[in-house]
Amino acid sequence: MMKRSNEPVFWSLFGAGGVVAAFLLPMLIFITGIALPLGILPPEALAYDRIHSFASGWPGKLFLLAVISLPLWQSAHRIFLSLHDLGIHRGREFCRWLCYGTALLGTLIPLILLIRI
Amino acid sequence: MSKRRPYVRPMDGWWLKNPYYVRYMSREATSLFVGVYALILLAGMVSLACGETAYNNWLMAMTNPVSIGFHLAALAAAIYHTITWFAVAPKVMPALFLAGKRVPDIAITTTQYAIAVVLYLGLFCMVWRV
Amino acid sequence: MTDIEKTIEIEVMRYHPEQDASPVFKTYRIPYASDQSVLQGLQYIKDYIDGTLSFRWSCRMAICGSCGVMINNQPKLSCKTFLRDYYPGKIRVEALQHLPIERDLVIDATDFINKLESIKPYIVPREARSLEQGEYLQTPEQLARYEQFSSCINCMLCYAACPQYGLKPEFTGPGVLALLHRYNADSRDGARADRMQIVNAEEGVWGCTLVGYCSEVCPKQVDPAAAVNRNKVNSTLDYFLRFLMPGGGESG
Repeated sequence: MMKRSNEPVFWSLFGAGGVVAAFLLPMLIFITGIALPLGILPPEALAYDRIHSFASGWPGKLFLLAVISLPLWQSAHRIFLSLHDLGIHRGREFCRWLCYGTALLGTLIPLILLIRI
Repeated sequence: MSKRRPYVRPMDGWWLKNPYYVRYMSREATSLFVGVYALILLAGMVSLACGETAYNNWLMAMTNPVSIGFHLAALAAAIYHTITWFAVAPKVMPALFLAGKRVPDIAITTTQYAIAVVLYLGLFCMVWRV
Repeated sequence: MTDIEKTIEIEVMRYHPEQDASPVFKTYRIPYASDQSVLQGLQYIKDYIDGTLSFRWSCRMAICGSCGVMINNQPKLSCKTFLRDYYPGKIRVEALQHLPIERDLVIDATDFINKLESIKPYIVPREARSLEQGEYLQTPEQLARYEQFSSCINCMLCYAACPQYGLKPEFTGPGVLALLHRYNADSRDGARADRMQIVNAEEGVWGCTLVGYCSEVCPKQVDPAAAVNRNKVNSTLDYFLRFLMPGGGESG
């Protein structure tokens, strides 16, 4: 009999991350990394007080957690599988921990910070 | 005695041998940009929690030309991710049936683009409205 | 110039296990005609130039699934691919990618056949019916849920398209998983729980990274990529539901 894979756990997080990345990331990257620094958006748009109060409410907390954590799971999953595609098999377990460990930290850190804000 | 000696071809550099595979690997490579951008957001999150000075330093760092260059590349990667994601989504979702007929893939992909445009505009307007 | 005087070059992969350490390419010049298939080109070589050339074929009409080869690096049925699509360029014919080469263009299909057998590629009746009870009825929607996946002709072009199969031959692969889905999606079938054990394994759907090329090359529009990836959702539900439902999910 074949052994049941634990992939469903990582694949679900990958899928959720892929959805968030597709539906939000292009605009989010444009806003934070291009429009604001180049002055297309006024500096007040992402001012400290505004974002801090956004992060104080539950919808804001959920949004921030989702856009930080889920894309990291998507990215970790693809990078880990790509190593296999590229024929890199050395240190496979180390790479697994590094990829998914980063995603796990990227979930726990914002989770704790957002609860405390 | 058997004279059989089945030959197994090596897989080295397989992803360069077919344009389809090159596009696949490019799709997978977008995850590098997605991951780094999420880490940048994470840094922003940490600085937000540290206080106003730290947060303003993060905003200042975002105006660095290197940062802007990275975000332009990341935007292109994210758009490529979006296109490929919407293209394969109908293959992953359970088959949808309306009035006994399968909803065609193109209808599902188009609906996703419509939702994405609404979300992009909604997000931009939300940030814009100071 | 009439078709009779035109010629076209075909470069063919040759491998003789008793003589060659690895495959070599040999070029043949054959008469060109716009209605000739690549298979007919290979047959011309065997009949008039080199009788030692080995390749599989049978029906000449894209239904037996035995003449699959790589044509200019793409998996194709040689009976369904025409010289005119490449003329005046050169045609390069190789044995199907990712499969062990037995000799020339003949690949070893043992692994595929074993995997095909393992998924119970037949209907295991959900409920026994006697002849007097008549046939099993299906609605058009129940038919539509599996019909496209039943078009598979076991030609293995999707295996030649799948780099994951090339990288890890233990992967069940697109064609067999599509056929597995064909029976699991059939309202008359009752062996879903058995087949889910294969779906749920690393060697099952989880060996797939959705490259998608399998569906692109399928000569019967089966869309194996859809069959495999919809079963990732099924496997995920099965994985988590077993914690919620007493007695476990469909396959415990």
